[in-house]
Amino acid sequence: MSTQTAAARKRQKIDTVTIRFVGDSGDGMQLTGTEFTKASALAGNDLATFPDYPAEIRAPAGSLFGVSGYQVHFSSKDVHTPGDQPDVLVAMNPAAFKTNLADLRVGGMLLVNSGAFTAANLEKAGYKSNPLEDPALKQNYRVVQVDMNQATEAALQGSGLSSKDAARCKNYYALGLMYWLYSRNEEQQVGAIQKKFAKKPEIAKANVAVFKAGYDFGETSEIFHEQYEVPASKLRPGTYRNITGNAATALGFAAVAKQTGRTVFLGSYPITPATEILHEMSYMKAHGVVTYQAEDEIAGIGSAIGASFGGSLGVTSTSGPGLALKAEMLGLAVIAELPLVVVNVQRGGPSTGMPTKTEQADLYIALFGRHGEAPLPVIAAQSPTDCFYAAMEAMKIAVKWMTPVILLTDGYLANGSEPFRIPDESELPKVEPKYQTEKNGPDGSYLPYMRDAKLIRPWAIPGTPGLEHRIGGLEKDSLSGMVSYDGMNHEKMVKTRAQKIRNVVEDVPDLVVDGPQQGEVLLLSWGGTYGSVRTTAEALRAEGKSVAHAHLRWLNPMPKNLGAVLKSFKKVVIPEVNDGQLAFVIRGRFPGVDPIQYNRINGKALKVSELKKRVLELL
Amino acid sequence: MSTTNGTNGAQAAAVPAYTKKDFESGVDPRWCPGCGDWSIINQVQKVMPTVGVKRENIVFISGIGCSSRFPYYMNNYGMHTLHGRAPSFASGLKVSRPELQVWVMTGDGDALAIGGNHFIHCMRRNLDIKVVMFNNRIYGLTKGQVSPTSELGKKTKTTPFGSPDQPFNPPALALGAGATFVARSVDVEGAHMGGVLKSAAGHKGSAFIEVLQNCPIFNDGAYLSLTEKSVKADQLLRMEQGKPLVFGKDGKKGIRLNRETIQLEVVTIGEGGVTEKDLVVHDATREDPTYSTMMANLNQKPGFPTPIGVFRDVQRPTAEDLNAQQVQEQKAKSGKADMKTMLAGSDTWVVS
Repeated sequence: MSTQTAAARKRQKIDTVTIRFVGDSGDGMQLTGTEFTKASALAGNDLATFPDYPAEIRAPAGSLFGVSGYQVHFSSKDVHTPGDQPDVLVAMNPAAFKTNLADLRVGGMLLVNSGAFTAANLEKAGYKSNPLEDPALKQNYRVVQVDMNQATEAALQGSGLSSKDAARCKNYYALGLMYWLYSRNEEQQVGAIQKKFAKKPEIAKANVAVFKAGYDFGETSEIFHEQYEVPASKLRPGTYRNITGNAATALGFAAVAKQTGRTVFLGSYPITPATEILHEMSYMKAHGVVTYQAEDEIAGIGSAIGASFGGSLGVTSTSGPGLALKAEMLGLAVIAELPLVVVNVQRGGPSTGMPTKTEQADLYIALFGRHGEAPLPVIAAQSPTDCFYAAMEAMKIAVKWMTPVILLTDGYLANGSEPFRIPDESELPKVEPKYQTEKNGPDGSYLPYMRDAKLIRPWAIPGTPGLEHRIGGLEKDSLSGMVSYDGMNHEKMVKTRAQKIRNVVEDVPDLVVDGPQQGEVLLLSWGGTYGSVRTTAEALRAEGKSVAHAHLRWLNPMPKNLGAVLKSFKKVVIPEVNDGQLAFVIRGRFPGVDPIQYNRINGKALKVSELKKRVLELL
Repeated sequence: MSTTNGTNGAQAAAVPAYTKKDFESGVDPRWCPGCGDWSIINQVQKVMPTVGVKRENIVFISGIGCSSRFPYYMNNYGMHTLHGRAPSFASGLKVSRPELQVWVMTGDGDALAIGGNHFIHCMRRNLDIKVVMFNNRIYGLTKGQVSPTSELGKKTKTTPFGSPDQPFNPPALALGAGATFVARSVDVEGAHMGGVLKSAAGHKGSAFIEVLQNCPIFNDGAYLSLTEKSVKADQLLRMEQGKPLVFGKDGKKGIRLNRETIQLEVVTIGEGGVTEKDLVVHDATREDPTYSTMMANLNQKPGFPTPIGVFRDVQRPTAEDLNAQQVQEQKAKSGKADMKTMLAGSDTWVVS
């Protein structure tokens, strides 16, 4: 027995750690991950998380396709991504081990539940022999084997819990061990478990016992020679909550309802990974949000446009295949010139593709996916918390310019989470819907398509006496809005609608370049890759390289200075989680600029290490 | 007048004494001479002044097709949407603005083919939306193809050898989907149609009105076997609340329930000992839709008349009211939360 005590152990300060918890879907990995995330947040770390789960609800236990994971990256510095390669991999069974080991940083810690490495589980994972016995494993990683099944059972001896219920507690063992390893507040978690299972005291008691057993194992076993501490980061002072991109999107719309006093109407149909926006907003009825679970995607957007016609602020949320179904309705919103926000949480496509995996491949459909000439503003959120501001901004543009707006997020942002600083009301984008209440025609009539200097048409809503009017999908007379088959009127309307959307550029801030304003390489990103690309550029500059980063929030219209920025660098690299959609658009809009593509389409976020390697090759 | 979305205070104020003319937009309808649509708009414009709702609070929504040009010819708020999609648009409008009276004007192809899904869900939700379906049993605007109500064997440009598909029975479909008001009328029976439309306007909940309507160009005479003077009395059965189901030139034919077969049958008063007391007394207010459905299916068998009038008229809580109730409950619970409290949610920490 070692005489080394916890007090004698070094508590080592480190900057940044990435942990990935992996196990069977049903093993409680999402819960374990979120609980650890909360503890890191309370300890003052900046952080980012990414859950990764299978498309199957509950795949057969132990199978390779049933592995569910949750990664958390926490730091005393600014964090932009959930981390490339985990420093610690917690693997609850052979299947999780097999599918995730390759991601673990060489030299990283591998904590395995050796109790799950039974003959049956090994066979399900396709192993002929136990991989834990492979000597190469210990050369590459710091392997810690703990029989968590047995330890959990031991901790619950005499608890009276069924063996099935007892086995379900083992994720708390792993959590307890991680708590000890990273010097987290043990009592806080005990309190959290008691609160969470307040209605099932026997389960609460069991989870606490197992959690403590895990924690104490760290303390008493001689496997660990040091504990780590990640000091608090210098986050901007304020009140924080942890938030996922989808929750932030929902909250952004609720903030619009609160700010404007108008109803925000969400018409939507469940689709992965956008569904949580509908879930979250369904709880917000007290705050001016009305949700409507439509019979299909088309009815989702149709109901939202109907609500906007009635003066509410229509929103519809969806993912790729859903956006395809909404295309015809989007055209109606374009020609009717009604405000609407369409949130598209991008996922792997085409068709059903990889619904639980992330992708950035809906840029083309967002920009061009309608018949006829039907331009509309397109905005992309860059981080989970930015989804909040992007939602508000999209609505601000929609009501100001009387147009549908597409807001692009993606599965990586939607499910990932990070600390969100609760803003003051004064810091929020101002959404200002205005209704027409007076006749505007020269002869005392109401002309629904009489525009102001910015080409914006008025919004008169049912219930307003004297402004009764009829509009629809047929081409409209440029003033009265009545049906017009006059060819020249059509040409005028097409050009006017396009010019109106170009005018939106007055609300598009200039592109900001981070790093040198001219030089060797510019990394140009959009949407959810912001964090990875920003981290890559910063890492390269730390090595003395001339690498700048600019991030496009606005895909249409694009910032006025974009062309000038692109021409200030010898090489422009466009990293995307698609096959080169932004690169194609840039080539078309800025002849002479030939960006170098960097594409990854493997269902995962861009890896900083891989992108960095590629940029280094170009320098 | 309140122009905010929320309860419209103006609704309670006196409704002006409108005339039919107040509901005419002044745009000349572009329907073919002799089209049944003319009769429908005539009745709608006549009924609107009597429904007790201010003109600015009435909205007509349509899909695509000849019938769907309807909103342009009314002097209300109106929206001509997409093929089949009018109910979805109307639903969003009604949920967000419950104080508006919302009508959907549609055709058999629009409502039952491309829009079939929206139609059934609009009916089952029991939103207070009135769907008037012009049924000419043909695609008119695309120049003559079969519709979901075209009869088996119908020859058209897409079915040169006769349609192999069974048609929908629209009132039965609406009843099956849970509509709380279901009625049928005919374009040539103006006064009858006006009465049905008036009843629908007064109904609170999902309403479906089928209007059998002639297309003089692509399906002329589709309903002649019902509407021609010489046969009308024997072919149309006028359902009237609380009255026995009688029809026929001399009012001697009636409908009786055969208790052995549980089927409705045609009988003649005075024959085989049948008296008026043996006939079914029409009651559209039965909560159980079985009787209404039997009536809706009456004309599916040869030798039976086609019922017109109201099949079903029952009260159930509307979706928009239930939603508004939830909003009130939630507001009472936590509606006072300011922006900051709302954004904070339940789990926060402070960085100083």
